Amino acid sequence: MDIGLLGQYIMNGLMLGMMYALVAVGFTLFFGVLDVINFSHGDVLTVGAFTGLATSLGLTALGISSAPLVVVIVFLSAIVCMSALGAFIARYLVLPLKSAPALNTLLLTLMLGIVLHEAVRLFYPQGANPQRFPSLLSTEAYSFGHFTLRVDSALLLLAGLAVIIGVHLLINKTKLGLAIRAVAQDEETAKLMGINFTLIVLVTFAIGSGLAAFAGIMHGLYYSEINFGMGLLLGVIGFSAAIVGGLGNIYGAIIGGFLFAALQTIGALALPFASAYKDVFAFGVVILIMAWRPTGLISEKVSERV
Amino acid sequence: MKTMRMCYSVVLSMLVAFVLASTPVSAKEKVKVGFIGPLTGGTSSNGIGGRNSADLAVRLHNANPNGKYEYELVVLDDECKPDKGVQAATKLGADKGVIAAATHYCSAVAIATVDTYHKFGLPVIVWGAVLPDITYGNNYKEIHRVNGTMINQNETAAKFMTGLGYKTWAVIHDTTDYGKGHNKYFSEYVTKNGGKILGTFGVTADQQDFTAELTKIKSLDPDVVYFGGLTPIGVRIRAQMDKLGLKSQFEGTSGIVSEAFIQGTGPLAEGVVAFREGAYPEKLPGGKYFLEQYAKQNYADGPEAYGAFSFAAMTLILDTIEKTGPDRKKVRKALDKVKGQDSIIGEITFDDHGQNTVALISKYVVQDGKWTLWEESEYAAGTRKLMRR
Repeated sequence: MDIGLLGQYIMNGLMLGMMYALVAVGFTLFFGVLDVINFSHGDVLTVGAFTGLATSLGLTALGISSAPLVVVIVFLSAIVCMSALGAFIARYLVLPLKSAPALNTLLLTLMLGIVLHEAVRLFYPQGANPQRFPSLLSTEAYSFGHFTLRVDSALLLLAGLAVIIGVHLLINKTKLGLAIRAVAQDEETAKLMGINFTLIVLVTFAIGSGLAAFAGIMHGLYYSEINFGMGLLLGVIGFSAAIVGGLGNIYGAIIGGFLFAALQTIGALALPFASAYKDVFAFGVVILIMAWRPTGLISEKVSERV
Repeated sequence: MKTMRMCYSVVLSMLVAFVLASTPVSAKEKVKVGFIGPLTGGTSSNGIGGRNSADLAVRLHNANPNGKYEYELVVLDDECKPDKGVQAATKLGADKGVIAAATHYCSAVAIATVDTYHKFGLPVIVWGAVLPDITYGNNYKEIHRVNGTMINQNETAAKFMTGLGYKTWAVIHDTTDYGKGHNKYFSEYVTKNGGKILGTFGVTADQQDFTAELTKIKSLDPDVVYFGGLTPIGVRIRAQMDKLGLKSQFEGTSGIVSEAFIQGTGPLAEGVVAFREGAYPEKLPGGKYFLEQYAKQNYADGPEAYGAFSFAAMTLILDTIEKTGPDRKKVRKALDKVKGQDSIIGEITFDDHGQNTVALISKYVVQDGKWTLWEESEYAAGTRKLMRR
């Protein structure tokens, strides 16, 4: 195969993988601290992307056109709003159900997800239609044979990488991270050690939802288009990625995300049958991996969750 | 407590009196007619435009003092999903008060519901779906259609594009009956006209990422990317073509002829070509009248590409009921015999499959953010150029 073409496939896969990984890390963080599956996560991403879009339209209306400033404000507003939404979900919907069966939380967040994306559809102007996301980053492109590298895609990839490194440092090098790890490991002991359990849960949900918002804006900038249903499949894929990697382990989630993107890309280009089956292929392989390693690729050591 | 109860009963009796008083004295017989289309989901702009247009037909009929009946429009949502469509069709069919209906924009839904209408004996007129099998795949007398099929559409499309000198195509289609049908007929006609298909890619109707398919297409380097599918993924494919630096001409079908496509793609819509049966409302025989009446009702959304067909379908239903009376069988028989009936989309003649024999296909190109008839565009005049021309 042409080397430029191969490069293009790898770039496509990396972008896709970065988005999946960011979503998967959220799932795995929530599971780490509370042992819950938050199925509204994908729809939080949708709401985050629309918050970003609304912000950018608002800034344009205000006459602010400096692209770097707009990008920063768009990212910040989406991340801050979704962190708040995440903390709100944790405080008023997930924590009150803490002692109820896990199935209840799962159902509740599933329903909340529907409420969120239907709200976008109904209340965002023309929300049922695909919305164009403005190109805020440089659209310059460099071509090397069949490989076209867009500056905006490269920047997004680097920003995603920075965010993942940031999360890693936060979890492993800060006191907050230590507290999160402590809660994940053993809630009761952590409480006895003077850790404010509720606060840590809220912060963890805020971080996870902020990551989803970041992924949402990234999706918008990369595809130049967002729609109210975008979070559904992203949520399912992010969740599968987290499971395949080993739920509760953030490195597992990252690997799972990139693995899923790789499977989809391979499914679309290398298989003899139609590319419509690439999701069937990717999910099929995920099922096989789960049969082989039920606890995920990086299996969870109970003592080292998060 | 007693006074409270007294209060309630007084209020209640006042309410009853009010309701009774507000019923018109010279009540005409009420007749229900149905409308089904995608009112939510990605193609809802077309569905809502169709709904408003059908509603307009009902309002105009009800406002006519010479009408024998007062019509009530029962509106149901099929979400462009076959299962939801069958549910809605069953609901209309089971309601014996509903005499006839204008149904479906999405082909995948329309083809799934034909059996239901036949079973319930409910005469329907399809107002937007273009899959040939909806009328030609069965012998059900209940099914009629005012708009043309994708066969004519793709025949014209293939002739036109090869006529412009394009030689090679890559085809992307969604894997519903709609997308597969477009793929089948377009590939057939384009090959007949000397074009060559370099690759065909089936995609799911809710897919987000097309970079893998488009990268492969880029290496095939076709003159034209043909897309057989609806607006939501059409928007995504057009945007991602740009991201990958794929500079082929983008050609769509009637499925992307909508305002939503232009809003979703912005400047990238410029120069996209697509085809649709029937003429642009302004060009239709009664189009001006239709658009004026539509504007008077202050609907929040425009009639979109198929509003005129929905209006024509509903008007034909109401005119027929006026003649035959509210009886499903009589209405069905009368509809089967429709020949040369005047309407805002031109004369309607149903063949023995209930298919209107519209021959007219319009060619569109997006120019300055508007779907423009090809003949009137600067592209036809030569002042602007399509990709690779």
